[in-house]
Amino acid sequence: MSGPTLYGLAAALLVGLGLYGVLAQASPLRRVLAFNLMGAGVFLMFGVAARRGAAAGLPGDPVPQALVITGIVVAFAATALAVMLMRRLAQTRAEEAAAAASSAPAEHG
Amino acid sequence: MSALADLFTGAMVVAGLFFFLAGTAGLLRFPDTLSRLHALTKADTLGLGLIVLGLMAQAPGPLAALKLLAIWLIALLSGAIAGQLIARAARDGRG
Amino acid sequence: MKLALDAVLVATLLVLALFSLAARQARASAIGFMGFGLVLALVWVRLGAVDVALTEAAVGALTGLLLLGATSLATPAAQPSRPLRLALAGLCALVAGGLAFLVLEAPDPAPSLAAAAVEPLAALDLGNPVTAVLLAYRALDTLLETVVVVLALIGIWSLAPDADWRGAPMVPGADAPSPPLRLLARLLPPVGLVVAVHILWIGADAPGGKFQAATLIAAMGLLVLMAGLAPAPKLGNTRLRALVVGGPALFLALGLLGFLVPGSFLAWPEGLAKPVIVLIEVALTTSLAVLLALIVLGPGARRPRA
Repeated sequence: MSGPTLYGLAAALLVGLGLYGVLAQASPLRRVLAFNLMGAGVFLMFGVAARRGAAAGLPGDPVPQALVITGIVVAFAATALAVMLMRRLAQTRAEEAAAAASSAPAEHG
Repeated sequence: MSALADLFTGAMVVAGLFFFLAGTAGLLRFPDTLSRLHALTKADTLGLGLIVLGLMAQAPGPLAALKLLAIWLIALLSGAIAGQLIARAARDGRG
Repeated sequence: MKLALDAVLVATLLVLALFSLAARQARASAIGFMGFGLVLALVWVRLGAVDVALTEAAVGALTGLLLLGATSLATPAAQPSRPLRLALAGLCALVAGGLAFLVLEAPDPAPSLAAAAVEPLAALDLGNPVTAVLLAYRALDTLLETVVVVLALIGIWSLAPDADWRGAPMVPGADAPSPPLRLLARLLPPVGLVVAVHILWIGADAPGGKFQAATLIAAMGLLVLMAGLAPAPKLGNTRLRALVVGGPALFLALGLLGFLVPGSFLAWPEGLAKPVIVLIEVALTTSLAVLLALIVLGPGARRPRA
């Protein structure tokens, strides 16, 4: 087995693991993390295809490599948006809980 | 000359790896955060320094060798400060 | 021997992936993910993609910072029932198996555009084919990608309550920075900026380029802010907003000019390709650095004391 094939199999496993994490994990943070693992697997697939397409004196096909670079930055932007949504959700819940706590004694008293 | 350089590189990298191994053993075996940090930061810094020294013998020119040295110096600075930060966090009970 | 190295890297990568999914504490999970990113960068080097390795190492650190900052959040958690989880596991195993089959069956050597990418390099006066792909043959992807990053920032900013959205974002730890962090924030940024400019400049001929440089600059800026050496900027600041859109706007404007001179969108005029590309790279680096730092900082917030 060659190195790229080994990495390709690892990429397939990462996509499977990440997909399971996205679907089955309990906490939103782990889902975001699993989404990133899945993304890493997809990018590695591109990397394996690029490595196998090595030609013209280059160590790999630059087109998929460039696409992966763009992809990594976009994945970061998506992750950041997801994390900020989680932050806001936690904030809103805390405010709601505080409001419920301050109104609860009034109802009972 | 190149055989001598190869020998030097090999010896230095092996010595560096030994310190990494020792540092990792300390990280895994020592009982509390501070002693684990003590093992890790010192041994890894020395290990990286030895590996960099070994690789400098293989560098194509003085500029590349200086770049390797710069990498070690930056790792030295950030490693030392990260160690301090973790130690303070552990002392203040946030570890 | 080399295959053994690959096998060790793959094993470490998968163990770290499993660890970050299964670790009990959320913080351990996020730190495991940062380790995963570093090993992944080594894998990219082994795959001959040094540009990607640099990007992964740099952007991975920022992603780790985001995840680490979110570990203390109390968010609702509901796990699917056991039979459903089993079914999902089966489905995911099927997906992984299918992909593994594709990896084994795909043609090797793969069809490649490498030769086509190398051929016009001399005309563009570039030495790094990845930079050429990003800014010459597939410039549209890069343009759309920077726009996506701007949109993500707008999405993040719009999460702020109405009263706060022009205010400065909260910087974690900036209220009581520890002295070693202040020292690092004084010593490291000058070095980091020099390295970033170096990476940007050699990006034309060697691995490097705007994304890696921008991430490095963003990280240096975040370090200064987190050490409390400078206050976070108010998000309503016009100059800040001009910096954010400046790079993509210049890219778009030069792309539209392509309609006039060579005759199509994002086509660079003959002989001027190199200066145009360098101009865009510098402008995009500035914008992306500001963008990435602001994305990590998050939406505007009112200062507790102000």
